[in-house]
Amino acid sequence: MQVPILKQGAYLIATVQSALTDEDLKQLRDTLVMQVSKVRARAVIVDVTAVDVIDSFATRTLRDVAHMIRLRGAETVIVGIQPEVAFSMVKLGLTLEGVATSLDLEEGLAYLDRKAKAHEEVRAHR
Amino acid sequence: MNGSQEMAAVTQPRLETTASRLREMVAHLRHQRAHLREEWARLITEAKLLTAMTKEEIFAEATSVYDNYVEALETGTYEALQAYARNLSERIIPRGVETHEVVGIVLLLRDVLARSLFATYHEDFNKLNRILDAYEPAANRIAGTVAVGFVQERERIIREQQEAIRELSTPVLQVRERLLILPIIGVIDPQRARQLTEQLLRGIRTNRAKVVVLDITGVPYIDSPVANHLVQTVEAARLLGAIVIVTGLSPEIAQTLVNIGVDLGKMNTVGDLQGGIEEAERLLGYKVVLTQEPMLHSV
Amino acid sequence: MRVPIDCDSDVVAARQKGRELATQCGFPSTDLAVVATAISELARNIVRYAARGEIILRLVQNNGKRGIEVVAADDGPGIPDVGLAMQDGYSTSGGLGLGLPGTRRLMDDFEITSDYGKGTTVTVRRWRR
Repeated sequence: MQVPILKQGAYLIATVQSALTDEDLKQLRDTLVMQVSKVRARAVIVDVTAVDVIDSFATRTLRDVAHMIRLRGAETVIVGIQPEVAFSMVKLGLTLEGVATSLDLEEGLAYLDRKAKAHEEVRAHR
Repeated sequence: MNGSQEMAAVTQPRLETTASRLREMVAHLRHQRAHLREEWARLITEAKLLTAMTKEEIFAEATSVYDNYVEALETGTYEALQAYARNLSERIIPRGVETHEVVGIVLLLRDVLARSLFATYHEDFNKLNRILDAYEPAANRIAGTVAVGFVQERERIIREQQEAIRELSTPVLQVRERLLILPIIGVIDPQRARQLTEQLLRGIRTNRAKVVVLDITGVPYIDSPVANHLVQTVEAARLLGAIVIVTGLSPEIAQTLVNIGVDLGKMNTVGDLQGGIEEAERLLGYKVVLTQEPMLHSV
Repeated sequence: MRVPIDCDSDVVAARQKGRELATQCGFPSTDLAVVATAISELARNIVRYAARGEIILRLVQNNGKRGIEVVAADDGPGIPDVGLAMQDGYSTSGGLGLGLPGTRRLMDDFEITSDYGKGTTVTVRRWRR
């Protein structure tokens, strides 16, 4: 199953549909990493609003995505984790430690914009 | 004709089955209804049971209990009786009637009816025995059914009340945009902890909260499983993009958290609720500025 | 309800069936996610370590409580040391391990039988409160 990935400004937005198999997840990971380099994106937003289960493999893959993308100088934000899914994840003992999370796409974009502005300010003061 | 009559007499021996004994007994009890019911009501008052109800109320309920009792004896089935018992319980529990009272009055009725059967059949010892053989197990089953029905109804009511209390005691307050406060009071059991998490997460979503102040000043102590749950709640909130500030951590609870391996340095904690709110506002970028002299002066 | 587990997409199918069954039982949405997640973990173990197996789903009752039961059974190599596998952080293939302790935290009842060469059967249940 293909996950649609859109480019919005300097960001890539991947909107995940509900039922991804392990293979789909791995494919998504590889595609995102490749795309980030190709379009020189500053950040990747993975929107999991429609996802009903995030288990250990999905969590590990998301962490891998964030890690690999950071190696390419970009940031990853996971948005739209549902309350029930978050509950199950923490009960399973899974953390997305080191990965930024936001309530939804709007919040995720706001977060990235704030961060970009802060960077600009730091650079301007040098 | 004589011949066939004789044959009729031979082919119809007197068969006394449990069913016919029951029928006879039920007929007797229905016939004696007014008298036995009065006797029973008198004994109830004498035993100082159902003191929360008036004499008229007792009489009214006694009538329907009596009828249901006899019907159960007659049909040998107890579903109707069970339904009636729960119905009755629903009515009398709010009046303050206790379990021992309900059990007491049913046993009194059992005895009143038994005595009546004694009185009626005492001349025929064998018949009395057979009648009691039919009556006793049925009467005991009835007593059990009514008692269990009452207790089940009580338990159902208690569960409902607990649920209501739980919901009341975990309010989620939105004080500013993006800021939620969850004041927790009292002891948290696993059930309540789970409800807390669900309410919090849903609240974050609905209010689009970025910061939650979880105030546990009013919580005297928590055990390890609940402490674990608290930590999980904080983590789950972060997955929804919200920061949780825990305020009012008593030294005991702090110790419990440390004992289960929580790095308090990583958890956002502030001493009291006020401080927590200020920290939350700071995180959200609010600034509280005094624009002019306070007006509350004595001149 | 039996769901054969042969490959990746069966994992998704199993957890969707589990979600449907749990919805029928009247579980609230949080529990639906919990049950589906547990099924996902168990089914994946079958795919990863046993290549083939099945997930059996059914509604159960106990003392008036209603619940859902998930049995994950396979004829795979089995787990030689179940006690070790039930510890957080244990893994033979360098990953997150079998996720068994986590799955136990998710569900109310948890039973596992497994032995070297004899396959594995994990039974979990979640009850409606």
